[in-house]
Amino acid sequence: MLKRKRFIFAMLAILPTLAIFAYVRLYPIADTLRLSLYQWNILSKNKPFIGLANFRELMGDHLFLDALINTTIIAFGVLALTIPMALVIAALIFHRTRSRMAGFYETAVFIPHVVSLVPAAMAWKWIFDARLGPLNALLDFFGIPMQNWLFDPVLSVICIIVLCSWQALGYAVLIYLVGFKNLPVSLYEAAKLDGASGRQSFWHLSIPMLKPITLYVSVVTLVSGFNVYAQAFVLASDAQGAPGRQVRVLVLDMLENSFRNYRVGYAASEAVVLLVIVLVLTLIQFSMLREKGKA
Amino acid sequence: MTMDTMRTVEPTAEELKEGLRLRRKKKLTNLAIDTFLIVVSIMMLLPLVFLVANAFKTPAEMLSWPPTIIPRDPTIANFSAVLGDTPLLRWIGNSIAFAVLSTIAIVATSAIAGYVFGKFRFRTMNILFALFLATAIVPFEVYMIPLYFQAKTLGILNSLWGLLLGYLVMSFGIFLVRQNVIHSIPDELLEAARIDGAGEFWIFFRIVLPLLRGALGALAVLAFFQAWTAFAWPMIVATTRSSYTIEVGLALFQTGFTVDLGRLSAASATVLIPSILLFVLLRRNFVQGVASTGLKE
Repeated sequence: MLKRKRFIFAMLAILPTLAIFAYVRLYPIADTLRLSLYQWNILSKNKPFIGLANFRELMGDHLFLDALINTTIIAFGVLALTIPMALVIAALIFHRTRSRMAGFYETAVFIPHVVSLVPAAMAWKWIFDARLGPLNALLDFFGIPMQNWLFDPVLSVICIIVLCSWQALGYAVLIYLVGFKNLPVSLYEAAKLDGASGRQSFWHLSIPMLKPITLYVSVVTLVSGFNVYAQAFVLASDAQGAPGRQVRVLVLDMLENSFRNYRVGYAASEAVVLLVIVLVLTLIQFSMLREKGKA
Repeated sequence: MTMDTMRTVEPTAEELKEGLRLRRKKKLTNLAIDTFLIVVSIMMLLPLVFLVANAFKTPAEMLSWPPTIIPRDPTIANFSAVLGDTPLLRWIGNSIAFAVLSTIAIVATSAIAGYVFGKFRFRTMNILFALFLATAIVPFEVYMIPLYFQAKTLGILNSLWGLLLGYLVMSFGIFLVRQNVIHSIPDELLEAARIDGAGEFWIFFRIVLPLLRGALGALAVLAFFQAWTAFAWPMIVATTRSSYTIEVGLALFQTGFTVDLGRLSAASATVLIPSILLFVLLRRNFVQGVASTGLKE
């Protein structure tokens, strides 16, 4: 009787949240999967089922492949820049935990992660600006030829990687700091007694013991890298009417297909590709963690 | 006792020397580390510092090399130009309203769901929780297009409610509360209240919520910043100039033909300064919230 009463309370309490969740999360996810199998042009009334034809078309779509390649390069570029830097910075901040400056370091590294994306991107837009930017001025000062950073197809991808890494670093450092604080102190003391230097215990103790954290941060960084959009929009869109070359990324391509070309089903199949990438990355993380658990 | 035995052993002169050398070496290492970290910190902050500085510069000074951090003759012309060109304050107002409402919705839904999933271990609840868990990794970008059409059907495009539709629940918030409920609210406490005849609603509002204050505070800060910095969803849902959030407004403003960097910097600084101040004030909460995202295992 009492148990039944508690069950009814639990159901009543969860119901509003569940209803909202079903409407704004479950349904649209299912709808994405469904739409990816249909040819749906917003302008036309009928919505024929076409199976995997959308996906087949994606494989030959240059714009999409271009976006996929760019996005992959950006995601892995950010990963390669962020993780090693975050690990070293976190180790050093942790080493200086008791100093008065530790709070300042943490805040300074973390601020780029919390400030609004677009205003922060604006700062970098100025830095990379070909005519007014300090980066070119600096290059010129050292006699290196100035570059057209935001309009060159290769350089603009690098610019986006730098901007995204600048923003991602703070998060990675913070998670690593939590990891360092949870490492057993006794192990380091034992290593010290055995004559290990700080650098040795960093390589042979910290890095292996932080492997689960590294995996977690890597997957989070990669997933947010694959969802990059705002950074590319601000840095590499057709700014100020110049004939800029856009850096196509997945989300941008998807939104263009949906809202400029009115091909919603096609855009949904791109979303499914994005979902598959994220799922694969997460599965890799879990299977690597499990392997470690067994060993 | 140990102190006494320690004191009786006199260190030799050589040992003293060695200790001094080690201490000096440690000091030097720390100095090097501090120097490195200060350089890193400054490099991280420099783009933002320059952005704020640029906002107060004249067009001529913007071009000068090396760039100045404190403008030689500060001007507010950029700010007045931006406020004349754009409904900047309106956009900021939209963003604040959106972020506050989203925070309220996320804190409320997470508190209730987290509590139920944490303390009512019926099989139905476990299945529902697995459902929440399974969809947590799906990025928003994956399902925002169908969600857009739902907003369209509801007739709430270009409104605050349309923006809000995408930011009503947060899977991570539910996990965070559930974790806290499990670890910090003992079953005995709830049982005792039930034996005293307290109703379930009374228990939730009078016992559970006060005990969750810390976790909900951290979640609120996370939720606020999440909505404040949202981009892709506001970009597709808010398409009229008066319904833009500040992020969308700025992003579209900067693609204009006649926009110069001074005015862009002024607009950006107007947004950045309050959010940095807010962050510094709420830093503890924020760090606690973000740090717990990494501790899901």
